[in-house]
Amino acid sequence: MRFKSLCVAAAGAALLATAAVQPAAAQEEGQYIPLLVYKSGPYAPNGIPIATGWEDYLKLINERDGGVNGVKLVWEECDTGYNNDRGVECYERLKRPTAAGVQPLSTGITYALIDRATQDKIPLFTSGYGRTSAAYGPVFPYVFSAPLTYWSGADVIVQYIKEQEGGSLDGKKIALVYHDSAYGKEPIPTLERLAEEEGFELFLFPVAHPGLEQKATWLQIGRQVRPDYVAMWGWGVMNSTAVKEAAAVGFPMDRFIGIWWSGSEPDVVPAGADANGYKALSFHAPGEDYPVLQDVVEHVYGGDVEAARENAWGQVLYNRGIFLMAMQVEAIRRAQEIHGEGQVLTGEQIRDGWESLELTEDDLAALGMAGFTKPVKITCEDHEGGGQAFVQQWDGESWNIVSDWYMPNREPLKAAYREDALAYAAEKGITPRECN
Amino acid sequence: MLYREAGQFKTSYAADQSLFPIAQDKWGVVLLLAVALFAVPFMASEYMLSSILIPFLVFSLAAIGLNILTGYCGQLSLGTGGFMACGAFFAYKLTTAFPEVHIVVVFLLSGFGTALVGILFGIPSLRIKGFYLAVATLAAQFFLIWVFNKFGWWTNYSPSGVISAPPREVVPGVVVTGASGTPEAKYVFLLVFVAILALLAKNLVRSRIGRSWMAIRDMDIAAEIIGIRPMFAKLSAFAVSSFFIGIAGALWAFCYTGSVEALAFEINRSFQVLFMIIIGGLGSIMGSFMGAAFIVLLPLVLNNGMLWIDPTISVALVAHIEFMIFGALIVFFLIVEPHGLARLWQLAKEKLRLWPFPY
Repeated sequence: MRFKSLCVAAAGAALLATAAVQPAAAQEEGQYIPLLVYKSGPYAPNGIPIATGWEDYLKLINERDGGVNGVKLVWEECDTGYNNDRGVECYERLKRPTAAGVQPLSTGITYALIDRATQDKIPLFTSGYGRTSAAYGPVFPYVFSAPLTYWSGADVIVQYIKEQEGGSLDGKKIALVYHDSAYGKEPIPTLERLAEEEGFELFLFPVAHPGLEQKATWLQIGRQVRPDYVAMWGWGVMNSTAVKEAAAVGFPMDRFIGIWWSGSEPDVVPAGADANGYKALSFHAPGEDYPVLQDVVEHVYGGDVEAARENAWGQVLYNRGIFLMAMQVEAIRRAQEIHGEGQVLTGEQIRDGWESLELTEDDLAALGMAGFTKPVKITCEDHEGGGQAFVQQWDGESWNIVSDWYMPNREPLKAAYREDALAYAAEKGITPRECN
Repeated sequence: MLYREAGQFKTSYAADQSLFPIAQDKWGVVLLLAVALFAVPFMASEYMLSSILIPFLVFSLAAIGLNILTGYCGQLSLGTGGFMACGAFFAYKLTTAFPEVHIVVVFLLSGFGTALVGILFGIPSLRIKGFYLAVATLAAQFFLIWVFNKFGWWTNYSPSGVISAPPREVVPGVVVTGASGTPEAKYVFLLVFVAILALLAKNLVRSRIGRSWMAIRDMDIAAEIIGIRPMFAKLSAFAVSSFFIGIAGALWAFCYTGSVEALAFEINRSFQVLFMIIIGGLGSIMGSFMGAAFIVLLPLVLNNGMLWIDPTISVALVAHIEFMIFGALIVFFLIVEPHGLARLWQLAKEKLRLWPFPY
């Protein structure tokens, strides 16, 4: 007993002592990019392809171009498991003054990091997620949400439905099925405003994390409410569950439209043939026929297309990873134009690159992304950059673009961003900075 | 040899009843606090302070709260997350409505508010016991989270239901909440705050009221026969426990993450705190700290340790190995010492008294 308990005590003491171990820091020369990924936990099927896209794009830049103007990109990963506390811990672990920027890949983590990143002067790139009103640059100098926010997404969905309905939504019923968290609640104010303007009736259906239990929700939708359209803000297993349950109550798939986080292969493949016809928004094209993706195969996978496909190459979320990292790398490039080409910059300097980032059709073509996405132009005041989105549809084999690009009606949206951001500034005691 | 109380004579009742009757214990605690207060803030890195020590202190307070209810009074509760959410949202509403009120007062008020909610949800404990009570407190957990999620008033109508802690000063010039507070300031503030509350708890459990809780825990009918009122004992345990847990929730939102949504206090948080007190030791204030250390630190130590040994290892693999080792260690500690880490500490102390000449 004595020996055993001594052993146990020693083991406990050793564990506590190793708590003092500092996080491993691989210091290399180069522009450092911390990556918050989730390759474990209930959202891993969606987190893995994005993380792979990120890494492959970084490898591509290093292999093909030798880095950004000769500055190699180096990165370190930390697994957040889509868990907010762990996300904060990962951020604290990976942050350094030379960190080029952080993509939290979770709205909840974004909320927890907005203040911290602003304090630490590290840009936060929350593309198509995060706090919507952070698109208002004067109050949120370090947060960039190009090319679209959830409110623009909601606007595009309503525009699309209106067009499908021949120009009027009067008396129509639209239901929103959403992840009951910061993420899912984001579009509600915009949808409520549009419901009033367009005259449709809005029904809200929250789904508790992680979203595996939706029977009651869909029975109510399919049997009682019978909406004309259903919009969905879901993530991870919630998406495929919703698609299956919608099919079970016989809701027509082509009237079921997800946001861009609810429209990828892991969301529809588990539902099998039930998912055919399901639609979702996106702000970059699916598929493989873009020069940037071909370059990845050539430089990262040594020309082995099958190996690339095994890593989700060409799938929606992989392409999103490519898109997200391309934006970040272009911001670094732009910052180097301002602060000195071929130099390792700090997060504060790279923020300036973000704020003057403009990608025209020509720039996109030069990146091998012609037709892949639409131009963006970020300014001091507008951190959303005026991106556009389209609707894609699953045909059982692949996602196909089935609509034109929609430009969200940004005038009322911008006013709403401003109002919400100023309320936040007042609560926090922030004085909005002057633009121009 | 070193740890022996021979020769320490008590010459007054006060000395005999002191919190740490053995001089070595007293000086050990004083030394630990002194190191934690004067050395750690200067030596520890920002990561160490903000990602390890601050959550450890917040969780310790929550574990003390649950330990009062479950460990000392024997009422099993799964509502910890809900009560933490109460504290966080009460503090947020109070400080945004009355920005001029001192933040410590706000925390204490939110603790009292949570105590009232705790009493309300403690009423079923007068009739139901054991696992059935656990299910009743589970209702508190889901109901409270639903309330904070459902009604925008709690979040000042934030579109996403996230509250964000405004910066508040504890003494002029020292901000301890939100992101603008330095980790050092937050840590020292939390340390002092938690130490005072832990002292309060330690004294409470050896007072008349604490003894009535333990009597109820050990055998409620016998306790009733010797004149302890079960209603008062149980409801006071719920109130005091919720007071501590509510403050822990407010500290979580204000000093640790800085912004929080109701989802942060879902059922997993309740389990986490419950595991802390089971592993740390039921009915022990010391055990609450040990359990919090185990649950908060161990995953991070495993994660960082693995990456430290081999930085090229895949983070997904690290995350999965972390789950496995963590689970195995919980089972290991529960088999080796079902009474928790606090009991291990007690055994170690007994051995130390005899060392080096055990008989």
